[in-house]
Amino acid sequence: MALAFDEFGRPFIILREQDQKTRLRGIDAQKANIAAGKAVARILRSSLGPKGMDKMLQGPDGDVTITNDGATILEQMDVDNQIAKLMVELSRSQDYEIGDGTTGVVVMAGALLEQAERQLDRGIHPIRIAEGYEMASRVAVEHLERISQKFEFDVNNYEPLVQTCMTTLSSKIVNRCKRSLAEIAVKAVLAVADLERRDVNLDLIKVEGKVGGNLEDTELIYGILVDKDMSHPQMPKQIEDAHIAILTCPFEPPKPKTKHKVDIDTVEKFETLRKQEQQYFDEMVQKCKDVGATLVICQWGFDDEANHLLMHRNLPAVRWVGGVELELIAIATGGRIVPRFQELTPEKLGKAGMVREKSFGTTKERMLYIEHCANSKAVTIFIRGGSNKMMIEETKRSIHDALCVARNLIRNKSIVYGGGAAEIACSLAVDAAADKYPGVEQYAIRAFAEALDSVPMALAENSGLQPIETLSAVKSQQLKENIPFYGIDCNDVGTNDMREQNVFETLIGKQQQILLATQVVKMILKIDDVISNSEY
Amino acid sequence: MPIDKIFKDDASEEKGERARMASFIGAMAIADLVKSTLGPKGMDKILQSTGRGHSVTVTNDGATILKSLHIDNPAAKVLVDISKVQDDEVGDGTTSVVVLAGELLREAEKLVTAKIHPMTIIAGYRMAAECARDALLKRVIDNKENAEKFRSDLMKIAMTTLCSKILSQDKEHFAEMAVDAVFRLKGSTNLEAIQIIKKPGGSLRDSFLDEGFILDKKIGIGQPKRIENAKILVANTAMDTDKVKIYGARVRVDSMTKVAEIEGAEKEKMKDKVNKILAHGINCFVNRQLIYNFPEELFADAGVLAIEHADFEGIERLGLVTGGEIASTFDNPESVKLGHCKLIEEIMIGEDKLIHFSGVEMGQACSIVLRGASHHVLDEAERSLHDALCVLSQTVNDSRVLLGGGWPEMVMAKEVDELARKTAGKKSHAIEAFSRALVAIPTTIADNAGLDSAELVAQLRAEHHNEGCNAGIDVISGAVGDMEERGIYEAFKVKQAVLLSATEAAEMILRVDEIITCAPRRREDRM
Repeated sequence: MALAFDEFGRPFIILREQDQKTRLRGIDAQKANIAAGKAVARILRSSLGPKGMDKMLQGPDGDVTITNDGATILEQMDVDNQIAKLMVELSRSQDYEIGDGTTGVVVMAGALLEQAERQLDRGIHPIRIAEGYEMASRVAVEHLERISQKFEFDVNNYEPLVQTCMTTLSSKIVNRCKRSLAEIAVKAVLAVADLERRDVNLDLIKVEGKVGGNLEDTELIYGILVDKDMSHPQMPKQIEDAHIAILTCPFEPPKPKTKHKVDIDTVEKFETLRKQEQQYFDEMVQKCKDVGATLVICQWGFDDEANHLLMHRNLPAVRWVGGVELELIAIATGGRIVPRFQELTPEKLGKAGMVREKSFGTTKERMLYIEHCANSKAVTIFIRGGSNKMMIEETKRSIHDALCVARNLIRNKSIVYGGGAAEIACSLAVDAAADKYPGVEQYAIRAFAEALDSVPMALAENSGLQPIETLSAVKSQQLKENIPFYGIDCNDVGTNDMREQNVFETLIGKQQQILLATQVVKMILKIDDVISNSEY
Repeated sequence: MPIDKIFKDDASEEKGERARMASFIGAMAIADLVKSTLGPKGMDKILQSTGRGHSVTVTNDGATILKSLHIDNPAAKVLVDISKVQDDEVGDGTTSVVVLAGELLREAEKLVTAKIHPMTIIAGYRMAAECARDALLKRVIDNKENAEKFRSDLMKIAMTTLCSKILSQDKEHFAEMAVDAVFRLKGSTNLEAIQIIKKPGGSLRDSFLDEGFILDKKIGIGQPKRIENAKILVANTAMDTDKVKIYGARVRVDSMTKVAEIEGAEKEKMKDKVNKILAHGINCFVNRQLIYNFPEELFADAGVLAIEHADFEGIERLGLVTGGEIASTFDNPESVKLGHCKLIEEIMIGEDKLIHFSGVEMGQACSIVLRGASHHVLDEAERSLHDALCVLSQTVNDSRVLLGGGWPEMVMAKEVDELARKTAGKKSHAIEAFSRALVAIPTTIADNAGLDSAELVAQLRAEHHNEGCNAGIDVISGAVGDMEERGIYEAFKVKQAVLLSATEAAEMILRVDEIITCAPRRREDRM
């Protein structure tokens, strides 16, 4: 390490406790970073595609997660390396933005890094490589736009949407029932979608799961499902045409926040206090009754006496409902959340056509269905089946991916063909464009094209096909016939034409993948000095 | 350039073959652990808890055994989980499901060593499971129409379930009890209405089913011990000091006389409350909370039977069976629904006095009193009976039944074998393996009974070659026999759940090609 000395021969101290820090510079730093990035990508590579394998993750508390969702794997991995953390971030941002393709984006970034390493060995400056990648990614994104297809659907004809969701689900463990799950996801999204503004608020879709039963029993409920039961075991289990009072105040004696003391020193005071207390409960229940509520949903608990009064006045009630659920109920039923009894008015009540309690299995577990709500915008997907809770969790994640895909399609109707077809087409386009660029970047652009090939290659590999053979065959087919629909036949159907196989992906998803991967790789390439504390 | 480590210090990563090996071994270890408890001649396990007291459980119930294990292997956890879900959903077959999943993985391991890709194995298993289910569906017996036959079916199922448990000695007695109890439910699966009371002493044979309701409580002193045509008020209210609940209120007095006054007022309040309760015209009062001496005395004076501290479930169940509502305020006596029953009396079981409510309004509920030599015996008896009740209540809803004693496995294995022969491609190996895994269950049952399993299973397979054969292994006589004649039946729903969950779990574990273990969260050493 180069050191500067002053006129007395003492070294200047630039970094504090310098010798305790490890430092990598120049090409070594880049190589180390690339190696780390590649290591992360390698973990995910085998999860790609419909025949991808799952990962088993054991959390710090011994809990087990089995998944093949890239974002989930990376999230739960205990990553320590800085560059590896960048990759985790990358997959997460794809998850936030698009919701699907979280594995693909990391594999893509890994491939780009691998290619970059080769260019570095040739002595090309990292910045030039980064710039070349940037140009290539622009070419690729434009090409995607060109080969994308718009497809039409409306509320009645949602078949294309279902097909796209099925592509997403086919890589998950739930692919046994991908058809019905895809339909559920699409119906759910369409139910909450604002087709005018092309916007979907996914918060309105709640995904609930319960182990047991069959995966086929998974259902879409046009309403809300609350994992609670009636506060009194003898309240009616079914309410038709319910008027719901949504309260955030407890059915309990008031607790003034200011410090106070009520001294009881005479018998009279004792008596009056007692009377007041009784009256208080009575009033609370009466208020609810007066405004015409037939069901009370409360965020807090009930006093025993209040509970009985409610029961007595034939006013069913649910207690300890969580804040998120409460909001959803309010949205769905068109009610207002009321923080005080005094503010209850008939207009603030929510309305639902049917509220019922349902029990499951041999244990005493009950759930509350709130259906036929005034504002049917909120829906719940209720996942059954799965022999264990890991299965349910994985199903939830898969459904989430499918929902995101459906939402993206509503936002932007363009699709590209999956099964690696889009990547191969881009690779061809980028390769062709490379020759037009003078200068060193040309090599980087070619490297980019090669990196694009790695996704279909991984697909073929995971499906047990000969990767190089399959890829080159498909590539030449695409070039010969000039049709960008040929991809890898992962499911052994017998055709390479992805149109026939109905394997679609969203355009924005693919574009985002390429852009995000390029960005991260550029960032990694630009690092030329890594300073880390050797002890931690 | 060495790759820096990516994970945190204690985190580890197992890849490819090693990961698969780790999960196979873990899952098979769990399966082998419970294997010896399978079947009518299965052995029990002693579980000793590490907590204080080192309490001991003796059991033969797969779910109970697995629940108490501390396991570190993630694949093993998957198996523990399916056993738990099986317990929640159908109540029985908790051991079979783990053993089948273990066998499936054992077969899969062989295939993987033979260079067949896990995905191919999964595809084969899926086809096989589907085919096996269809095979069972074809052979189910449904006697829902014929009430008498249905009852005898249930009886047989109960006996089959119980014969592998501690109750096998008196299985007829208990099967009778379980069937009676489930029939009272009239199709609902609400097992809450069946109360199981355990009283040590006597022998298992002394256990009985009571159509009334039994509350494990004592009647207050000086109160009637027997009430006919009882009107019962079921309540959840404070009968101690009944404090003022408005916060911040407290009693502050400056002289003794005032204390006395307040005390008087308090007493007055209690008296008031008691009077209000009495105004309901009741002769029995059951409260969830404590009843202090003073109100108890008042009740005694009024000739009302007062029972304090009935636990929460007791109260709910009592409300359910007597048809009364659980009251907490007593201002409107005319509109509170009271519970009714024909007779309340104190009965003696062993040393203990219990309160017996008979002739209750709702006929659904009943109580089963278990007697036995020790707590361990009683606990195990309760678990066994619970299994039987679960299976029966599920069968009442889904009345399809199958023969037992390894018969369903052989039927499935035969069909699956057929399928393997018809299927082209590498999948057929996996399908064949599936059928081998199915046959492992009767093999284990025979092994556990100390029989010559190879001989018996071979015989059984030959018998099953004939269409419509009812042969299974009769463990008691140690030979292959006609299951229909011997009355060994199982519920279809249980078998189906075993088949599907085991396949699903095996698939889940097979799909894994990498295990990433996070660094365990640091805990303070409490030792």
